[in-house]
Amino acid sequence: MAVNNRWALKREIAVTSGNLKTLSVWPFALAAIVSLIGLGDAIYLTIEHITGQSVRCTVIAGCSEVLSSSYAVVAGIPLAAVGAAAYFGVFSLATLAAFGYRQAGMLLAILVVIMFLMTLWLLYLQAFVIHHFCQFCLLSALVTFVLTGLVIAQRRLRTA
Amino acid sequence: MKRFLPFAIIALVLLAAVLLAWRLIGSQRPGAPKSETSGPTAPPGAQPPHLRGDPNAPVTLEEYGDFQCPPCGLLYPELKKIESEYGSRLRVIFRERPLMLMHANALTAARAAEAAGLQGRFWEMHDKLYENQKTWSDLADASPAFTDYARSLGLDVDRFTRDLGSAAVETRIFLDGARAHALGIEGTPTVYINDRPAPFPAFMTVDGLRPLINKALNGTGP
Repeated sequence: MAVNNRWALKREIAVTSGNLKTLSVWPFALAAIVSLIGLGDAIYLTIEHITGQSVRCTVIAGCSEVLSSSYAVVAGIPLAAVGAAAYFGVFSLATLAAFGYRQAGMLLAILVVIMFLMTLWLLYLQAFVIHHFCQFCLLSALVTFVLTGLVIAQRRLRTA
Repeated sequence: MKRFLPFAIIALVLLAAVLLAWRLIGSQRPGAPKSETSGPTAPPGAQPPHLRGDPNAPVTLEEYGDFQCPPCGLLYPELKKIESEYGSRLRVIFRERPLMLMHANALTAARAAEAAGLQGRFWEMHDKLYENQKTWSDLADASPAFTDYARSLGLDVDRFTRDLGSAAVETRIFLDGARAHALGIEGTPTVYINDRPAPFPAFMTVDGLRPLINKALNGTGP
Protein backbone atom coordinates (compact mmCIF):
# COMPACT_ATOMS: atom_id res chain seq x y z
CA MET A 1 0.00 0.00 0.00
CA ALA A 2 2.78 2.32 1.00
CA VAL A 3 4.62 1.45 -2.20
CA ASN A 4 1.52 2.26 -4.30
CA ASN A 5 1.24 5.59 -2.53
CA ARG A 6 4.86 6.36 -3.33
CA TRP A 7 4.34 5.67 -7.03
CA ALA A 8 1.11 7.68 -7.00
CA LEU A 9 2.93 10.58 -5.38
CA LYS A 10 5.71 10.44 -7.95
CA ARG A 11 3.13 10.42 -10.72
CA GLU A 12 1.29 13.37 -9.23
CA ILE A 13 4.49 15.35 -8.97
CA ALA A 14 5.29 14.44 -12.56
CA VAL A 15 1.84 15.45 -13.79
CA THR A 16 1.91 18.76 -11.99
CA SER A 17 5.34 19.55 -13.30
CA GLY A 18 4.43 18.40 -16.82
CA ASN A 19 7.04 15.63 -16.77
CA LEU A 20 4.83 12.53 -16.87
CA LYS A 21 5.88 11.63 -20.39
CA THR A 22 9.55 11.97 -19.48
CA LEU A 23 9.06 9.94 -16.31
CA SER A 24 7.53 6.95 -18.10
CA VAL A 25 9.96 7.12 -21.01
CA TRP A 26 13.23 6.86 -19.10
CA PRO A 27 12.83 3.14 -18.28
CA PHE A 28 12.49 2.47 -22.02
CA ALA A 29 15.59 4.52 -22.79
CA LEU A 30 17.53 2.76 -20.03
CA ALA A 31 16.28 -0.63 -21.23
CA ALA A 32 17.53 0.15 -24.74
CA ILE A 33 20.99 1.03 -23.38
CA VAL A 34 21.18 -1.99 -21.03
CA SER A 35 20.07 -4.35 -23.79
CA LEU A 36 23.16 -3.34 -25.78
CA ILE A 37 25.32 -4.96 -23.08
CA GLY A 38 23.32 -8.17 -23.47
CA LEU A 39 23.54 -7.93 -27.25
CA GLY A 40 27.34 -7.60 -27.21
CA ASP A 41 27.62 -10.48 -24.73
CA ALA A 42 25.34 -12.75 -26.77
CA ILE A 43 27.16 -11.93 -30.03
CA TYR A 44 30.47 -12.85 -28.39
CA LEU A 45 29.04 -16.18 -27.15
CA THR A 46 27.54 -16.90 -30.57
CA ILE A 47 30.86 -16.36 -32.33
CA GLU A 48 32.61 -18.52 -29.72
CA HIS A 49 30.11 -21.26 -30.51
CA ILE A 50 30.29 -20.91 -34.30
CA THR A 51 34.09 -20.87 -34.42
CA GLY A 52 34.29 -23.91 -32.15
CA GLN A 53 36.15 -22.07 -29.37
CA SER A 54 33.44 -22.97 -26.87
CA VAL A 55 34.40 -26.65 -26.94
CA ARG A 56 37.95 -25.93 -25.79
CA CYS A 57 39.09 -25.52 -22.23
CA THR A 58 39.93 -21.89 -21.60
CA VAL A 59 41.24 -19.75 -18.78
CA ILE A 60 37.69 -18.41 -18.41
CA ALA A 61 36.20 -20.85 -15.96
CA GLY A 62 33.08 -22.81 -16.72
CA CYS A 63 32.19 -21.50 -20.16
CA SER A 64 33.42 -24.49 -22.16
CA GLU A 65 31.39 -26.86 -19.97
CA VAL A 66 28.25 -24.75 -20.33
CA LEU A 67 28.61 -23.79 -23.99
CA SER A 68 29.56 -27.25 -25.16
CA SER A 69 26.67 -28.88 -23.31
CA SER A 70 23.64 -30.22 -25.16
CA TYR A 71 21.59 -27.34 -23.73
CA ALA A 72 23.60 -24.76 -25.68
CA VAL A 73 21.85 -25.64 -28.94
CA VAL A 74 18.13 -25.55 -29.70
CA ALA A 75 16.98 -27.14 -32.99
CA GLY A 76 20.46 -26.72 -34.40
CA ILE A 77 20.64 -23.03 -33.48
CA PRO A 78 23.10 -21.87 -30.82
CA LEU A 79 21.15 -20.60 -27.82
CA ALA A 80 23.49 -17.61 -27.74
CA ALA A 81 22.26 -16.61 -31.22
CA VAL A 82 18.67 -16.78 -29.96
CA GLY A 83 19.80 -14.56 -27.08
CA ALA A 84 21.39 -12.07 -29.48
CA ALA A 85 18.14 -11.90 -31.47
CA ALA A 86 16.17 -11.42 -28.24
CA TYR A 87 18.41 -8.59 -27.05
CA PHE A 88 18.20 -6.91 -30.45
CA GLY A 89 14.41 -7.27 -30.19
CA VAL A 90 14.49 -5.64 -26.75
CA PHE A 91 16.62 -2.80 -28.05
CA SER A 92 14.32 -2.21 -31.03
CA LEU A 93 11.10 -2.34 -29.00
CA ALA A 94 12.48 -0.20 -26.18
CA THR A 95 13.67 2.42 -28.68
CA LEU A 96 10.29 2.48 -30.43
CA ALA A 97 8.50 2.65 -27.08
CA ALA A 98 10.71 5.53 -25.98
CA PHE A 99 9.64 7.38 -29.12
CA GLY A 100 5.97 6.89 -28.27
CA TYR A 101 4.98 3.67 -30.06
CA ARG A 102 2.49 2.27 -27.52
CA GLN A 103 2.29 -1.27 -28.94
CA ALA A 104 6.05 -1.58 -28.70
CA GLY A 105 5.88 -1.14 -24.93
CA MET A 106 3.45 -4.02 -24.60
CA LEU A 107 5.49 -6.31 -26.86
CA LEU A 108 8.64 -5.37 -24.93
CA ALA A 109 7.01 -6.46 -21.66
CA ILE A 110 6.00 -9.81 -23.16
CA LEU A 111 9.48 -10.41 -24.62
CA VAL A 112 11.23 -9.52 -21.35
CA VAL A 113 8.95 -11.85 -19.35
CA ILE A 114 9.84 -14.72 -21.73
CA MET A 115 13.55 -13.87 -21.39
CA PHE A 116 13.23 -13.73 -17.60
CA LEU A 117 11.67 -17.19 -17.44
CA MET A 118 14.25 -18.55 -19.87
CA THR A 119 17.03 -17.06 -17.73
CA LEU A 120 15.69 -18.77 -14.61
CA TRP A 121 15.69 -22.09 -16.50
CA LEU A 122 19.27 -21.56 -17.72
CA LEU A 123 20.48 -20.66 -14.22
CA TYR A 124 18.86 -23.85 -12.93
CA LEU A 125 20.67 -25.88 -15.62
CA GLN A 126 24.02 -24.31 -14.79
CA ALA A 127 23.60 -24.83 -11.04
CA PHE A 128 22.02 -28.29 -10.88
CA VAL A 129 22.57 -30.08 -14.19
CA ILE A 130 25.84 -28.85 -15.74
CA HIS A 131 27.36 -27.92 -12.35
CA HIS A 132 29.33 -25.07 -13.88
CA PHE A 133 28.69 -21.35 -14.22
CA CYS A 134 29.87 -19.37 -17.22
CA GLN A 135 30.61 -15.71 -16.46
CA PHE A 136 29.29 -14.55 -19.82
CA CYS A 137 26.01 -16.41 -19.22
CA LEU A 138 25.78 -14.84 -15.74
CA LEU A 139 26.29 -11.39 -17.26
CA SER A 140 23.43 -12.12 -19.64
CA ALA A 141 21.26 -13.20 -16.70
CA LEU A 142 22.08 -9.97 -14.86
CA VAL A 143 21.13 -7.90 -17.91
CA THR A 144 17.81 -9.73 -18.19
CA PHE A 145 17.06 -9.15 -14.50
CA VAL A 146 17.79 -5.42 -14.90
CA LEU A 147 15.55 -5.32 -17.99
CA THR A 148 12.78 -7.02 -16.02
CA GLY A 149 13.14 -4.43 -13.27
CA LEU A 150 12.95 -1.60 -15.79
CA VAL A 151 9.84 -3.00 -17.45
CA ILE A 152 8.15 -3.36 -14.05
CA ALA A 153 9.19 0.18 -13.12
CA GLN A 154 7.81 1.55 -16.39
CA ARG A 155 4.47 -0.19 -15.98
CA ARG A 156 4.12 0.99 -12.39
CA LEU A 157 4.85 4.57 -13.45
CA ARG A 158 2.21 4.28 -16.16
CA THR A 159 -0.52 2.74 -14.01
CA ALA A 160 0.10 4.36 -10.62
CA MET B 1 12.22 13.42 -39.63
CA LYS B 2 11.50 12.51 -35.98
CA ARG B 3 9.28 9.66 -37.19
CA PHE B 4 12.23 7.94 -38.82
CA LEU B 5 14.72 8.58 -36.02
CA PRO B 6 14.01 5.39 -33.97
CA PHE B 7 14.26 3.24 -37.10
CA ALA B 8 17.54 4.92 -38.02
CA ILE B 9 18.89 4.19 -34.51
CA ILE B 10 17.77 0.54 -34.75
CA ALA B 11 19.37 0.18 -38.19
CA LEU B 12 22.60 1.68 -36.86
CA VAL B 13 22.71 -0.76 -33.94
CA LEU B 14 22.02 -3.68 -36.29
CA LEU B 15 24.92 -2.55 -38.48
CA ALA B 16 27.17 -2.23 -35.42
CA ALA B 17 26.16 -5.74 -34.28
CA VAL B 18 27.01 -7.21 -37.67
CA LEU B 19 30.37 -5.40 -37.68
CA LEU B 20 31.13 -6.65 -34.15
CA ALA B 21 30.33 -10.23 -35.17
CA TRP B 22 32.50 -9.87 -38.28
CA ARG B 23 35.38 -8.52 -36.22
CA LEU B 24 35.09 -11.30 -33.64
CA ILE B 25 35.05 -13.99 -36.33
CA GLY B 26 38.15 -12.40 -37.90
CA SER B 27 40.01 -12.29 -34.62
CA GLN B 28 39.28 -15.94 -33.83
CA ARG B 29 39.80 -17.45 -37.27
CA PRO B 30 43.29 -18.86 -36.55
CA GLY B 31 41.65 -20.99 -33.90
CA ALA B 32 43.58 -20.11 -30.83
CA PRO B 33 46.85 -18.40 -30.20
CA LYS B 34 47.39 -14.70 -30.78
CA SER B 35 50.89 -15.30 -32.05
CA GLU B 36 51.36 -16.32 -35.68
CA THR B 37 54.47 -18.31 -34.90
CA SER B 38 56.02 -19.95 -31.88
CA GLY B 39 59.50 -19.21 -33.22
CA PRO B 40 62.18 -16.97 -31.84
CA THR B 41 60.17 -14.44 -29.83
CA ALA B 42 58.72 -16.82 -27.23
CA PRO B 43 60.81 -18.25 -24.36
CA PRO B 44 61.85 -21.84 -25.11
CA GLY B 45 59.83 -23.57 -22.37
CA ALA B 46 61.10 -26.44 -20.24
CA GLN B 47 64.29 -28.00 -21.59
CA PRO B 48 64.67 -30.59 -22.84
CA PRO B 49 61.04 -30.76 -23.94
CA HIS B 50 59.05 -33.97 -23.64
CA LEU B 51 59.47 -35.36 -27.11
CA ARG B 52 58.04 -38.50 -28.69
CA GLY B 53 59.11 -39.78 -32.10
CA ASP B 54 62.23 -39.28 -34.22
CA PRO B 55 64.18 -36.25 -32.91
CA ASN B 56 65.18 -35.48 -36.51
CA ALA B 57 61.65 -35.69 -37.94
CA PRO B 58 60.85 -32.95 -40.48
CA VAL B 59 57.53 -32.14 -38.78
CA THR B 60 57.17 -31.09 -35.16
CA LEU B 61 53.75 -31.08 -33.54
CA GLU B 62 53.79 -29.16 -30.27
CA GLU B 63 50.77 -29.59 -28.02
CA TYR B 64 49.86 -27.37 -25.08
CA GLY B 65 47.68 -29.56 -22.92
CA ASP B 66 45.87 -29.84 -19.63
CA PHE B 67 45.46 -33.44 -18.41
CA GLN B 68 42.04 -32.66 -16.93
CA CYS B 69 40.69 -30.89 -20.03
CA PRO B 70 38.15 -33.17 -21.78
CA PRO B 71 39.00 -31.98 -25.33
CA CYS B 72 42.68 -32.74 -24.60
CA GLY B 73 41.54 -36.23 -23.63
CA LEU B 74 39.73 -36.49 -26.97
CA LEU B 75 42.81 -35.33 -28.88
CA TYR B 76 45.06 -37.89 -27.18
CA PRO B 77 43.97 -41.01 -29.17
CA GLU B 78 43.95 -39.00 -32.41
CA LEU B 79 47.56 -37.97 -31.85
CA LYS B 80 48.47 -41.58 -31.13
CA LYS B 81 46.98 -42.63 -34.49
CA ILE B 82 48.68 -39.84 -36.43
CA GLU B 83 52.02 -40.65 -34.78
CA SER B 84 51.87 -44.25 -35.93
CA GLU B 85 50.72 -43.17 -39.39
CA TYR B 86 53.62 -40.76 -39.99
CA GLY B 87 56.29 -42.69 -38.11
CA SER B 88 59.74 -41.11 -38.35
CA ARG B 89 58.42 -38.05 -40.19
CA LEU B 90 56.63 -36.68 -37.13
CA ARG B 91 57.76 -35.83 -33.64
CA VAL B 92 55.40 -34.71 -30.90
CA ILE B 93 56.24 -32.32 -28.07
CA PHE B 94 54.00 -31.92 -25.04
CA ARG B 95 53.93 -28.67 -23.07
CA GLU B 96 52.18 -28.21 -19.74
CA ARG B 97 49.29 -25.74 -19.70
CA PRO B 98 47.23 -26.68 -16.62
CA LEU B 99 44.13 -24.47 -16.36
CA MET B 100 44.00 -24.31 -12.60
CA LEU B 101 41.03 -21.95 -12.38
CA MET B 102 38.66 -24.39 -14.00
CA HIS B 103 40.29 -27.78 -13.31
CA ALA B 104 41.02 -28.50 -9.65
CA ASN B 105 43.30 -31.49 -10.35
CA ALA B 106 45.05 -30.13 -13.45
CA LEU B 107 48.13 -28.86 -11.64
CA THR B 108 48.52 -32.04 -9.58
CA ALA B 109 48.25 -34.07 -12.78
CA ALA B 110 50.89 -31.91 -14.46
CA ARG B 111 53.14 -32.43 -11.41
CA ALA B 112 52.54 -36.19 -11.57
CA ALA B 113 53.56 -36.30 -15.23
CA GLU B 114 56.65 -34.20 -14.61
CA ALA B 115 57.59 -36.24 -11.53
CA ALA B 116 57.35 -39.39 -13.66
CA GLY B 117 59.46 -37.56 -16.23
CA LEU B 118 62.23 -37.19 -13.67
CA GLN B 119 62.39 -41.01 -13.70
CA GLY B 120 62.30 -41.08 -17.50
CA ARG B 121 58.64 -42.14 -17.72
CA PHE B 122 56.86 -38.91 -18.67
CA TRP B 123 55.03 -40.33 -21.69
CA GLU B 124 53.89 -43.42 -19.83
CA MET B 125 52.32 -41.22 -17.14
CA HIS B 126 50.99 -38.84 -19.83
CA ASP B 127 49.16 -41.75 -21.46
CA LYS B 128 47.93 -43.10 -18.13
CA LEU B 129 46.51 -39.72 -17.12
CA TYR B 130 44.61 -39.26 -20.37
CA GLU B 131 43.37 -42.84 -20.51
CA ASN B 132 42.00 -42.55 -16.97
CA GLN B 133 40.95 -38.91 -17.13
CA LYS B 134 37.33 -39.59 -16.18
CA THR B 135 38.39 -41.66 -13.18
CA TRP B 136 40.42 -38.99 -11.41
CA SER B 137 39.01 -35.70 -12.73
CA ASP B 138 36.26 -35.40 -10.12
CA LEU B 139 38.23 -36.68 -7.14
CA ALA B 140 38.61 -34.27 -4.25
CA ASP B 141 42.23 -35.39 -3.94
CA ALA B 142 43.69 -37.10 -6.99
CA SER B 143 47.17 -37.62 -5.51
CA PRO B 144 46.52 -41.21 -4.28
CA ALA B 145 45.27 -42.17 -7.77
CA PHE B 146 48.42 -40.72 -9.34
CA THR B 147 50.58 -42.60 -6.83
CA ASP B 148 48.80 -45.79 -7.87
CA TYR B 149 49.58 -45.00 -11.52
CA ALA B 150 53.22 -44.43 -10.59
CA ARG B 151 53.27 -47.80 -8.85
CA SER B 152 51.67 -49.55 -11.81
CA LEU B 153 54.29 -47.99 -14.10
CA GLY B 154 57.04 -49.41 -11.93
CA LEU B 155 58.31 -46.05 -10.69
CA ASP B 156 60.14 -45.52 -7.43
CA VAL B 157 57.03 -44.40 -5.53
CA ASP B 158 58.89 -42.74 -2.65
CA ARG B 159 60.90 -40.64 -5.07
CA PHE B 160 57.77 -39.92 -7.12
CA THR B 161 55.95 -38.65 -4.03
CA ARG B 162 58.90 -36.45 -3.08
CA ASP B 163 59.26 -35.11 -6.61
CA LEU B 164 55.61 -34.05 -6.83
CA GLY B 165 56.43 -30.93 -4.85
CA SER B 166 60.01 -30.50 -6.00
CA ALA B 167 61.52 -27.36 -7.48
CA ALA B 168 62.52 -29.28 -10.61
CA VAL B 169 58.89 -30.19 -11.33
CA GLU B 170 57.58 -26.71 -10.53
CA THR B 171 60.23 -25.12 -12.72
CA ARG B 172 59.35 -27.23 -15.74
CA ILE B 173 55.64 -26.38 -15.40
CA PHE B 174 56.48 -22.71 -14.89
CA LEU B 175 58.75 -22.58 -17.96
CA ASP B 176 56.15 -24.23 -20.21
CA GLY B 177 53.58 -21.82 -18.79
CA ALA B 178 55.81 -18.85 -19.52
CA ARG B 179 56.15 -19.98 -23.14
CA ALA B 180 52.38 -20.51 -23.43
CA HIS B 181 51.74 -17.10 -21.88
CA ALA B 182 54.13 -15.38 -24.28
CA LEU B 183 52.32 -17.02 -27.19
CA GLY B 184 48.94 -15.85 -25.88
CA ILE B 185 47.65 -19.38 -25.40
CA GLU B 186 44.51 -19.20 -23.27
CA GLY B 187 42.88 -22.49 -24.17
CA THR B 188 43.70 -26.15 -24.44
CA PRO B 189 44.39 -28.09 -26.47
CA THR B 190 46.48 -25.74 -28.59
CA VAL B 191 48.66 -27.21 -31.30
CA TYR B 192 51.54 -25.80 -33.29
CA ILE B 193 52.85 -27.60 -36.35
CA ASN B 194 56.37 -26.56 -37.31
CA ASP B 195 55.99 -23.41 -35.20
CA ARG B 196 52.72 -22.39 -36.84
CA PRO B 197 49.40 -22.48 -34.94
CA ALA B 198 47.09 -25.21 -36.18
CA PRO B 199 43.46 -24.14 -36.58
CA PHE B 200 41.01 -25.36 -33.97
CA PRO B 201 38.99 -27.58 -34.19
CA ALA B 202 40.57 -28.96 -37.41
CA PHE B 203 43.46 -30.56 -35.51
CA MET B 204 41.15 -32.52 -33.22
CA THR B 205 40.87 -35.48 -35.61
CA VAL B 206 43.25 -37.56 -37.69
CA ASP B 207 41.43 -36.43 -40.84
CA GLY B 208 41.91 -32.81 -39.83
CA LEU B 209 45.53 -33.28 -38.81
CA ARG B 210 46.62 -35.11 -41.96
CA PRO B 211 46.38 -32.15 -44.38
CA LEU B 212 48.08 -29.87 -41.85
CA ILE B 213 51.00 -32.27 -41.48
CA ASN B 214 51.17 -32.90 -45.22
CA LYS B 215 51.34 -29.17 -45.79
CA ALA B 216 54.25 -29.01 -43.37
CA LEU B 217 55.88 -31.84 -45.31
CA ASN B 218 55.61 -29.66 -48.45
CA GLY B 219 52.82 -31.62 -50.05
CA THR B 220 54.11 -35.15 -49.61
CA GLY B 221 51.45 -37.49 -48.30
CA PRO B 222 51.77 -40.14 -45.63
